[in-house]
Amino acid sequence: MKIKINVATDIVVKPIIAEVIIETGTLLNISQAHIDSTKGEITADVPEDHFSKFKDALTSRGAEVSVLDKPILRDEDECVECGACVSVCPVKVFTFGEDWSVNLDEGKCIQCGTCIDMCPHGALTLEQ
Amino acid sequence: MVEKSIHEINRRIKDGSVNVVTAEEMVGIVAELGAEGAAKEVDVVTTGTFGAMCSSGVWVNLGHSEPPIKMQNVWFNDVEAYTGLAAVDAYIGVTQLSETRGMEYGGAHVIEDLLRGKSVDVHATAYGTDCYPRKQLDTTITLDDINQAVMMNPRNGYQKYNVATNSSNRTLHTYMGALLPDFGNATYSAAGVLSPMSNDPNYETIGTGTRIFLGGAQGYITGEGTQHDPGNGFGTIMVQGDLKKMSPDYVRAATLRGYGTSLYLGIGVPIPIINEKVAQATAVSDADISTAILDYAVASRARPKLGQVTYEELKSGTIDINGKEVPTSSMSSFKVARKIAGELKDWIKRGEFFVNMPVDRLPLDSSVKPMLQTQETPLVGDIMSDDVVTIKQDASVHEAAKKILESAFNHLPVVSNTNSIVGIVTAWDISKAVAEDRYDLVEDIMTKKTITAVPGESIDVAAYRLDQNKISAMPVVDKDNQVVGIITSDDISKLLARRC
Repeated sequence: MKIKINVATDIVVKPIIAEVIIETGTLLNISQAHIDSTKGEITADVPEDHFSKFKDALTSRGAEVSVLDKPILRDEDECVECGACVSVCPVKVFTFGEDWSVNLDEGKCIQCGTCIDMCPHGALTLEQ
Repeated sequence: MVEKSIHEINRRIKDGSVNVVTAEEMVGIVAELGAEGAAKEVDVVTTGTFGAMCSSGVWVNLGHSEPPIKMQNVWFNDVEAYTGLAAVDAYIGVTQLSETRGMEYGGAHVIEDLLRGKSVDVHATAYGTDCYPRKQLDTTITLDDINQAVMMNPRNGYQKYNVATNSSNRTLHTYMGALLPDFGNATYSAAGVLSPMSNDPNYETIGTGTRIFLGGAQGYITGEGTQHDPGNGFGTIMVQGDLKKMSPDYVRAATLRGYGTSLYLGIGVPIPIINEKVAQATAVSDADISTAILDYAVASRARPKLGQVTYEELKSGTIDINGKEVPTSSMSSFKVARKIAGELKDWIKRGEFFVNMPVDRLPLDSSVKPMLQTQETPLVGDIMSDDVVTIKQDASVHEAAKKILESAFNHLPVVSNTNSIVGIVTAWDISKAVAEDRYDLVEDIMTKKTITAVPGESIDVAAYRLDQNKISAMPVVDKDNQVVGIITSDDISKLLARRC
């Protein structure tokens, strides 16, 4: 499942992710990481059966963990279903249906943001 | 030989016995019945397209103010409109950008906002005359408040369009969307099987005066579009319609990142099946329409052609470019194109829309000229310094420092033993190495990803690349990557200064 880990200023220098991975033996698959001196924000996939112990271990070290139910959001009023997003997505979130609707498999999204720049109608946003 | 008159077809529309199908449905009908059978059976074929149409805009007449003004400049929500006409007429072009919001809001957005009933701020200035004394005006209007809002588009409905892809190593932001590096994707536009002009490529029924679906209302083709290029299958149409009657479902503002704003517009053209030749033409399928794949990495009007593909291949999701499987994106919506062809079909079936023959045919023999340029722009090779000093990658930092002092350049292209470019080192790189007490080889401190120019490219393109990469010099290399010169932003500024 897709999660977001937020790390505050005071602990951003500590290797807490590595500690938790070793401690829980979780196969964490990091897809996005933005870390600077003020904060860290990590998007990753974690096996469902590992989620609760992984979350507990991280929160006990001061990080915040939230589940991303819909990593990518589409404004249905703005979307014209052109399909501009289809070819730029590295993980094939967008596909054409038989009636040329643009289907969205949000579970695959790694929040890279490429489609957001591509969409001519500003219909896509990332869940924060 | 089947011949049908427009009157006959319109009579059937009136009495409800008309047989209308979409251009997509017609493919199978002609395959089954043949052209003659299909011409007997079908009276009208509807087409549709919905995509970015940059050569679009709306004429507005605001009504006269009190005291009156002859607007010299006018802005709608900070987007300037053209006013080189009578007092309160203006043309809002869809790609004109907001002076305060830039690319996120443009003329297309003003038009969509008006259509959605939103208020739009108007600011106008003038020089003042005896008949129009007023010099400044601010007001807020909606679509209902103005006299006319007539959409008049010089070039719409391209018969087909090129496929865009990118051979370079950086993402390009174009009017065809984001093109990912190293042929990471390819984008295309136009509706293929439903494309209006592809269904009547000899323009037998499409011409000046043809009544069409435009933005959800009835509109007209007023003639050939600008850059109409029938010989290459790139026909275009000029269209007109009443914005006040249109629907925002088919008139949608867009921002193409890094390019600017545009308008997604829905157009549907009915093709009256007056004979079997016209019926045969409407049987065109995605597999019959082919178009060229162009490399947008070359910033020239003559972009290299990398191959030819059909709309069937494009719609399959991937195409083959030089042996690589490249994912495709449509920039126009086939789903909405279908909806338009379907809606036009319903209008005709319900007796709300009648077909007509054009009062003039569109030309079949015109062609497109490139711009006549009387002031040739210089090439990189004309103004680069060819006494460039290079340094070998295995030289020491000390040698590099000496070379920079001895030469007039702050940049040293770094070359391999075979003199091919491998990097670049600047006076700053050397200062940094010295400050950090690192007396390594040049290759350890150089920038490896070197931005280069070629002698044959225009200095405008080179200047744009310097600007984009925020650098001040580029080595100039030949086709074998050998350094033949260096071009700096100073060289370009001096040249521009001379021009002024």
